[in-house]
Amino acid sequence: MTKPRLLDRLPVVHQLRQAVGLQRGMLVAGLVLTGAFVVLALLAPVLAPYGYSQLADDAGNFGAQQPPSAEHWLGTTVGGYDVLSRVIWGARTALLVIIVAVLLSVFVGILLGLVSGYLGGWVDRVLVVVADAIYAFPTLLLAIVAAIAISGGQSGMWSGVFAAAISITVVFIPQYFRVVRAEVVRVKSEAFIESAQVIGASTWRIMFRHVLRNSTRTLPVIVTLNAAEAVLTLAALGFLGLGIEPTSAAEWGFDLNKSISDVAAGIWWTAVPPGVAIILAVLGITLIGESMNDLADPRLRARRRGKGTPADAVAQSEPVAREEMGEVQ
Amino acid sequence: MSTTPDVAAAAVSEPPPALAPQAARGGGFGRYVLVRLLLMIPTVLILVTLVFFLIRLTGDPITAALGGRLPADQLAERIHEAGYDRPLLVQYLEYLGQILRFDFGSTITDNQPVMTVLAEYGAATLELVTYALVVAFLIGIPFGLVAAANRDRWPDAALRVGAIFFYATPVFFAGLVAKLVFSVWLGWFPVSGRAGVRTELALGRDGGTGIYLIDAIRSGNSDYVWDVLSHAVLPAMTLGLLTAGIFLRLVRTNVIGTHNMPYIDAARSRGVSESRLIRTHAYRPALIPIITVVGLQIALMLGGAVLTETTFEWQGLGFQLAKYLQARDFVAVQGIVALIAIIVAVANFIVDIIAALIDPRVRY
Repeated sequence: MTKPRLLDRLPVVHQLRQAVGLQRGMLVAGLVLTGAFVVLALLAPVLAPYGYSQLADDAGNFGAQQPPSAEHWLGTTVGGYDVLSRVIWGARTALLVIIVAVLLSVFVGILLGLVSGYLGGWVDRVLVVVADAIYAFPTLLLAIVAAIAISGGQSGMWSGVFAAAISITVVFIPQYFRVVRAEVVRVKSEAFIESAQVIGASTWRIMFRHVLRNSTRTLPVIVTLNAAEAVLTLAALGFLGLGIEPTSAAEWGFDLNKSISDVAAGIWWTAVPPGVAIILAVLGITLIGESMNDLADPRLRARRRGKGTPADAVAQSEPVAREEMGEVQ
Repeated sequence: MSTTPDVAAAAVSEPPPALAPQAARGGGFGRYVLVRLLLMIPTVLILVTLVFFLIRLTGDPITAALGGRLPADQLAERIHEAGYDRPLLVQYLEYLGQILRFDFGSTITDNQPVMTVLAEYGAATLELVTYALVVAFLIGIPFGLVAAANRDRWPDAALRVGAIFFYATPVFFAGLVAKLVFSVWLGWFPVSGRAGVRTELALGRDGGTGIYLIDAIRSGNSDYVWDVLSHAVLPAMTLGLLTAGIFLRLVRTNVIGTHNMPYIDAARSRGVSESRLIRTHAYRPALIPIITVVGLQIALMLGGAVLTETTFEWQGLGFQLAKYLQARDFVAVQGIVALIAIIVAVANFIVDIIAALIDPRVRY
């Protein structure tokens, strides 16, 4: 048994090697889209022709609802901003919100799940009931309420990013909590935990060194799926007018809200670009998450195979049964 | 039809969420219903409490809604009248008491009881969500089966990428594009609203159920029925496709999961054809988790309904919620959200009961 190199064990790299056929295609497409999104976010000041709140240049005011032209490739919005620039700057806002939201919810969710699952008792019971209650609730409504609580509904760039991120975090924490707790409860009964207890390791050491490390295998999938959901929730909040002011940052959902009346008048260029940006960002991240999810589940993982003969089906079902019985890793 | 799956098949369906340990120990169906009913109380209580305290973090609702528009002394007077200057805990207990009496407070901006808002606009949301569920079932389940039967071949690939694509599309953007293409450019459907002005007046005159399709059918005028249906097509498709993608993925995963079960191998060894295996043997047990998921979908759909209604100016509960959000009327928001929390809890309860009745593996 040789230990695989560190590079091969990294979440995405490992899956990339494992994947075949369609699943590999999905994973690669997802990586490309997400890479483009990140590059756009990082290089927004270089790539965007204008600032996100710029209303005029040397040639004068941009004007409102101008159709696409050489100066403004995607036209201007009803507020007189350059659409293309706001789409590019919007990637930066979305990325910031993803990072803050996912970091916060992973940290809090794992900690709660670990403590709740390992220590058990009434704290565990109360946390489970609370998490279940929140989990069953419409996430968007919860995010709305959280957004009101944090910012009173309106805000600037950083306060806006944090307000949106924390609102989304409130929704995500129960998910991490449930997953980590379930894993912790499973790992807790393993023999090596008992050994550690017998040796006399402290509860905290067991929790963080032995249990935590064996309870996080499903997290990369949830992190990617949540990152996608964060983009959608941010846009939904912006669409309902709970987002970031246009002068503080560019936000796709806000721009879509402003384009509702444009659409009825047949103006497409204010609505379509930010919407397509959302779709591509979410699509990229979701494709990564989906294919990682499939690859993690031996029942769903596609295998290299020859021409399809009935015998394949039988051959295919065999390793599954073995893996399911023993959890061989 | 022998659809008694063996014990191993139980691994496919998720265990009923939050099933209390005492419920699992047996004691009959009546006891199960009772336990589920009692479990609703903490759920609703937690959500109502959370919403109350989160919204009060911003300060008193009157300042939020009317601050800057009224002189300071009038503002203070109104705050005092409404009792928002009392200790928060007193207000909280009073609020709980109100909810027990199904009183969700009155909106600040137009001074309407929240229950009246529900009575007036709830039917519209119910109608939209029902249409969307029908669309989701009609599209999601058959296509999920097709994807599972053609696993890893092109129909599967196309459908799965399609499902992810629909998931990635924000429901309000899908609505905007649908509106742009089918209403503005092609002119097939009306741009917004639930019905034309004349239809709305005619249906509103006789009171009616508030569910326009039923009202229109009862009126016996086919013009009205046609008008109502043509207004519903785009919103229903928009919200329905969002959920259809989720159903498709769920059906596919579950059918494939069930397909690997030993009892399927047994059936295959008896010479049952592959397509029949999918249609009858793997399909039925795979549908049971969907019933549970429908409960969770109702929550998601109510969230999606808020956005869809805003996009299409569909005069429902979600549209009102967005309106009150813009007006910063947080009493109205709190009331509507608390109400939706209760609706979701009741829907989940009903779904749990149905699942228990259908699925022999749910222990009670």
